[in-house]
Amino acid sequence: MTWLADNWRTVLDLALSHLYLAGIPLVVGLLVSLPLGWAAKRWSRSYPALITTTGLLYTIPSLALFVLMPGVLGTKILDPVNVVVAMTVYTVALLVRTVADGLRAVPDHIEQAATAMGYRGLRRLLGVELPLAVPVIAAGLRVAAVSNVSIVSVASLLGVSQLGDLLVDGYNRVIWGELVTGILACVTLALLLDLVIVTGSRVLTPWLRVQGGRA
Amino acid sequence: MIRFDAVTKQFPGGTVAVEDLSLTAPTGRITVLVGPSGCGKTTSLRMVNRMIQPTRGSITLDGQDTSRMNEAQLRRGMGYVIQHGGLFPHRTVLDNIGTVPRLLGWDRTRIRARSNELLERVGLAPELGERYPAQLSGGQQQRVGVARALAADPPVMLMDEPFSAVDPVVREQLQDEFLRLQGELGKTILFVTHDIDEAIKLGDQVAVLRVGGRLAQVAEPAYLLAHPADDFVADFVGRDRGYRALQFQETPRLPLRSEPTIVLGEQPTEPYAGWLLVVDDDRRPVGWVEPHRIGTRTVSTGDLHRGGTVATEHGSLRAALDAALSSPSGRGVIVDASGSLCGTVEAHEVLTAIEGTRRPERRGSPA
Ligand SMILES: Nc1ncnc2c1ncn2[C@@H]1O[C@H](COP(=O)(O)OP(=O)(O)OP(=O)(O)O)[C@@H](O)[C@H]1O
Ligand SMILES: [Mg+2]
Repeated sequence: MTWLADNWRTVLDLALSHLYLAGIPLVVGLLVSLPLGWAAKRWSRSYPALITTTGLLYTIPSLALFVLMPGVLGTKILDPVNVVVAMTVYTVALLVRTVADGLRAVPDHIEQAATAMGYRGLRRLLGVELPLAVPVIAAGLRVAAVSNVSIVSVASLLGVSQLGDLLVDGYNRVIWGELVTGILACVTLALLLDLVIVTGSRVLTPWLRVQGGRA
Repeated sequence: MIRFDAVTKQFPGGTVAVEDLSLTAPTGRITVLVGPSGCGKTTSLRMVNRMIQPTRGSITLDGQDTSRMNEAQLRRGMGYVIQHGGLFPHRTVLDNIGTVPRLLGWDRTRIRARSNELLERVGLAPELGERYPAQLSGGQQQRVGVARALAADPPVMLMDEPFSAVDPVVREQLQDEFLRLQGELGKTILFVTHDIDEAIKLGDQVAVLRVGGRLAQVAEPAYLLAHPADDFVADFVGRDRGYRALQFQETPRLPLRSEPTIVLGEQPTEPYAGWLLVVDDDRRPVGWVEPHRIGTRTVSTGDLHRGGTVATEHGSLRAALDAALSSPSGRGVIVDASGSLCGTVEAHEVLTAIEGTRRPERRGSPA
């Protein structure tokens, strides 16, 4: 742990960029997934196509995606934007399905009630369907968060620095303290994101916490 | 007035849920659609607010073709109580009630005031307003469903088995309150149930549907019981329909006899054989006693036999007969509107009165 004591400033900087590279895509990915997931539910024929396509994106190896990005975006190879966009793609790959399933899980009698009251379009989505889908979406978001934190480490191979640097450097130069710090920092970051998501979900779903809730 | 004109609904799979339905639900009245499960009741109801589009035929609302109206506006102008509650679990009771007013763009204070008013109207305590639906009993949830449908004061109410998910006692209570409310509000109501007793009790007019969505008969409840159009309707309204029909026959001048009484808390003065009626200070009957059992003690509530039902003076023959049959003395207790004793009547006297009322019925027609 002396290694950490000597290098904590560097670790903090790396952790912040790691958070940025993993967190921003999480937010952007969610915002992109909402309309896509909604479309997958709304036009049920589009569901299999959308889910398969987005699911396939997740199978592209991360390194390949990072390397492809400059070609697609016209950015420089060292630009962190490459990583942000690639991570957003992964997030969308995971979340479209989650959002669609969350919206589809809204009980039919509640959908019918919404229709009968005259709810339509965006108002219906924001007022009825989305709030009820929050628990499912939050669960998907937690998976995406952990996945993002771990995949982002690979960006070190492209020279975009974050906590992955500690792993690569620690491994290459056999510095155990650095290696362990890198791992622990990644885990801590993942837990922190998880905590934020769980808390957010709880705040957004007060009705699930009342006695006998869940109906 | 809601008018179905030769309406047919065939679902994409080929199921004909409703076939050639022509029916008028008059303004300010309760029209009940009743029939076995799957006979197309919900489908019929949902064609009115266009949650389901008819395959053929038209539905008009006060003469206007609903298919030419704006869907959302049409729905916001009709209260809909959904089968199985359909309350929004993520909204408090008050917010559930305020749903349609919010969609109509009322301001917050007005919505709040209206929601609170309705909460009280349907007999729920104000503190329930901040709860979530999961924190309510089934009966309370159904009341909220009714309150939500009433929120924007729509002239038309569509009610799909609103009282089905509760036990018989609570259901009876909800039905009574519903009738009282309708007495004040006078909505045009299309009410769906599969319970013939409920249909008979609530309907100004009852439409019996058979499986396949064909109308078997539409008539006033009394007529339906007395003159079922065919075997299906006769079967559906049940075996004891003759007895149940009595509930629509107002008691003609029953030969009431005066009944000796004793006031609760007093002593029997003279020896008295058999049952003696006990009344309270306002001459309201509270039960029967057998004086020889209590001797010279005062009559206390513990001595009372409370088995007998009580009928009102201008109530139904069914209630009068029931009072006589359930009374331990064989004498049925009849009270006036304020609950004070009028007199008693025996079963054979009620039966004689029933014989006297047998006369041709007036309205209703087989479909
Ligand atoms: N969306 C649908 N697609 C295909 N068939 C349907 C659809 N909705 C209802 N049906 C069929 O239409 C018929 C009538 O259904 P409906 O829901 O109107 O019955 P119901 O009288 O309300 O029955 P219950 O008393 O059980 O509620 C049934 O046979 C049902 O299976
Ligand atoms: Mg139904």
